[in-house]
Amino acid sequence: MKNSGIGNDPFNVIITGVGGQGNVLASRMLGNILSDQGYFVTIGETFGVSQRGGSVMSHLRISGSSAWSPQIPRGQADIVVALEPIEAIRVMAYYGNERATVLSNTRPIYPVGVIAGEMEYPDPGSIREALGRLTGRVVLIDATDEAMKLGNPILGNVIMLGAVAATGLLPFDRDDFKTVIARSMPADRLEINLAAYDRGREMLLETT
Amino acid sequence: MSYLFDTKSGTRYLMMGNDAIVRGALEAGVGVASAYPGTPSSEIIEQLSRASRERNIYVEWSVNEKVAVEVAFAASIAGLRSICAMKQNGVNVASDFLLHVALSGTRGGMVLVHCDDPGALSSINEGESRHFARMLELPLLEPGDFQEAKDMTAWAFGLSEELRSLVMMRSVTRLSHASGNVTIGDLPPTDKKAVFRYDGPLGDPDTGPVVTMPVPKNHVLLQNKLKKARELFEKSPFNTYTGPEKPELLIITSSACNLYSLEAVRLLNAGGRVGVLKLGTTWPLPPELIKKSLSRADKILFVEEVLPFTEENVKILAAEMAAEVGIIKFYGKNDGTIPMTGEMNPDIVVDACAKILGITYSPMPADYEAAAQEMLKTLSPVRDLTFCPGCPHRASFWNIHNALAIDNRHGFTCGDIGCYTLGFLPCGFNTMKTSHSMGSGIGIASGFGKLKQFGMDQPIVTVCGDSTFFHAAIPALVNAVHNKSDVIFILLDNSGTAMTGFQPHPGTPLDATGHELPDIDPAAVCRSLGATVEYADPFDIDGTQTALLRLMEEGGARVLIMKQMCALSPAKKGKKKFEVRVDENVCIGENCGCNRFCTRIFRCPGLVWDPERGVAVVDEVICAGCGVCASICPSGAIRKTEARA
Repeated sequence: MKNSGIGNDPFNVIITGVGGQGNVLASRMLGNILSDQGYFVTIGETFGVSQRGGSVMSHLRISGSSAWSPQIPRGQADIVVALEPIEAIRVMAYYGNERATVLSNTRPIYPVGVIAGEMEYPDPGSIREALGRLTGRVVLIDATDEAMKLGNPILGNVIMLGAVAATGLLPFDRDDFKTVIARSMPADRLEINLAAYDRGREMLLETT
Repeated sequence: MSYLFDTKSGTRYLMMGNDAIVRGALEAGVGVASAYPGTPSSEIIEQLSRASRERNIYVEWSVNEKVAVEVAFAASIAGLRSICAMKQNGVNVASDFLLHVALSGTRGGMVLVHCDDPGALSSINEGESRHFARMLELPLLEPGDFQEAKDMTAWAFGLSEELRSLVMMRSVTRLSHASGNVTIGDLPPTDKKAVFRYDGPLGDPDTGPVVTMPVPKNHVLLQNKLKKARELFEKSPFNTYTGPEKPELLIITSSACNLYSLEAVRLLNAGGRVGVLKLGTTWPLPPELIKKSLSRADKILFVEEVLPFTEENVKILAAEMAAEVGIIKFYGKNDGTIPMTGEMNPDIVVDACAKILGITYSPMPADYEAAAQEMLKTLSPVRDLTFCPGCPHRASFWNIHNALAIDNRHGFTCGDIGCYTLGFLPCGFNTMKTSHSMGSGIGIASGFGKLKQFGMDQPIVTVCGDSTFFHAAIPALVNAVHNKSDVIFILLDNSGTAMTGFQPHPGTPLDATGHELPDIDPAAVCRSLGATVEYADPFDIDGTQTALLRLMEEGGARVLIMKQMCALSPAKKGKKKFEVRVDENVCIGENCGCNRFCTRIFRCPGLVWDPERGVAVVDEVICAGCGVCASICPSGAIRKTEARA
């Protein structure tokens, strides 16, 4: 079984966002990419009623030796991928540590309480500063905006996966991604997903 | 290749727990699979339906859980292997029949998979279905990881045949909806033959009539089956022990809690001090194994969800074995070491073990935690549950809420479980005032409608979904009509079982595998009972509210079918009917007397407030294009135009 190529064992990834952003799909794609390489992968996720406008979260455990619990213990995240910026803060507050890497989409999805004027949504500067206080490794990516340029905002999740690949923290490349996409999606979706992956990769490299 | 069709044993897949259960059933050669959808169990039947043709399986979405068990039972006594899947409260619905199945016994292997939802992540209850095994006198299995979910399912069919008893197998959300690596086994041949033999003598388990009588004799036989199960479970490979021969602390656990327990021991680096007994066969407990385990340590911690089921059952055995196992200090739910309610996680187990063993463990430096908690409080506003953009329920509750307000007699709405349960929240304008089990809204309304003699003159409205209508609402509607109860029964018909992933139901024209079936018209059912029936499109705000106000003037059982397809349905998802925008020259924002009516009250996630410009704005990424908000702006500032195809 694999025992190299990942920093910690288990290596813990949290993909978070709001129901409907393709959170579950992103976690399955990443899980399958790493499972294909021989790692033990455990994914824990919440969906169902929680998806109706609520915060959603997938926990991925990647290990060379065994299956792990589908819930990551407190303070143990290695990478946090946030499809919505305040969800990055919510996840880091419980699972964060100073070594964690945060990759966050910049586009807000306002909670209904914010829309109704009962709560305030923080400005982008405060979010960046807060995340920066919790870890030194924060990258903000305009994933939804780029996805819309590619024709569909849902591709934000794949852009974020491309960015994860470019960090070099997990051992996978474009071909590994392509193999999983080709297996799990209709053939006519392959090109657009690869384009989104490439764009995410480029954007991370541009910002770092 | 999909794991459903892979005939090569030894291949490794990343599978959801529910997929692993499906593969186990395929490897056991299951012939019939039936279920009513319910999170977190629904994927079991969905996946089996994909393999139905190739693996020669009859797969059915049944009208409710009780009928699903009856359908699977017919297969069993015709000699086939069958599986039934449901969420925790499905077992309540099926329990009357299950009580009788226990007594009559089964023939072909029959497995009931019941998926509990600790923490009520996708439920309106936290029901603990394991207690049914004890009450119904049926054997109970609990897989402790993903590989076991597959292996145990395959094994359960043979166990059922050996015992001639239905076998219950309990999963939880964090197993059913979590994923892990599973190595698959062989698939058997697909030829199956169904024959129901009934000509033999009464009491013959293979050839006789299948009845529960004579009860005294059959009840003794049932207890003998449990005795045999106990003996088999003594040697079961699904009960495992990890740890030193004589640990300081023994954890007794099952299901996903097994993974939390193993993780806690690793985090505390306490592998030399703590042992973990993972039980896969949790009812009836194997007494010799329990005796041996209780003799290992004088401190025992139970880690399980939701109620202290194993804790209490082990304690009974410990009392019986007290002379042999000595005095044990028990930790668990009953003494408060572990919370009595809610979902478990590794942190809870870490805290419990650290406390018992006197270990100091801190998951985060104190100053980091303080900073993080402050940010959580100030920078991450909570996301209240809400209806999806374009959801017909938002419009339906808007109409009901407004009609009841205009009627002004303090009328109210009873409901039940479905996406529309959220009608009690601000997203449903706090319209729903009771919410319980499936079909209970009309039952409660039927009762309210008979309280006139005690001075109650409020209009009674009740809502239920189209799948729920067939599942459990019809008997209550019969009750309301027959007893001349004054109720308005609103069928929120969104053309499928939306909450669980859009499964078909008797009112839709397709079966689980996509083949055509006759669809049953709920309107015709209601009319046949003697109720009046009208239709409304909830997106037509004026028309629907007018119809509601008129119905409120009438008496008896009145049915209004609010028909509009779910925004997430495959036919509708991603296709906008309207382009919607706010005309910024007309929206005068805070200067309008409306007091931000659209965003403050209507609260659709796609219609947001721009505080800088002081106007409402449609978020084109989120808006589903239903166009309903165009009807609610008092200034007419929200404009809709037909979207281009």
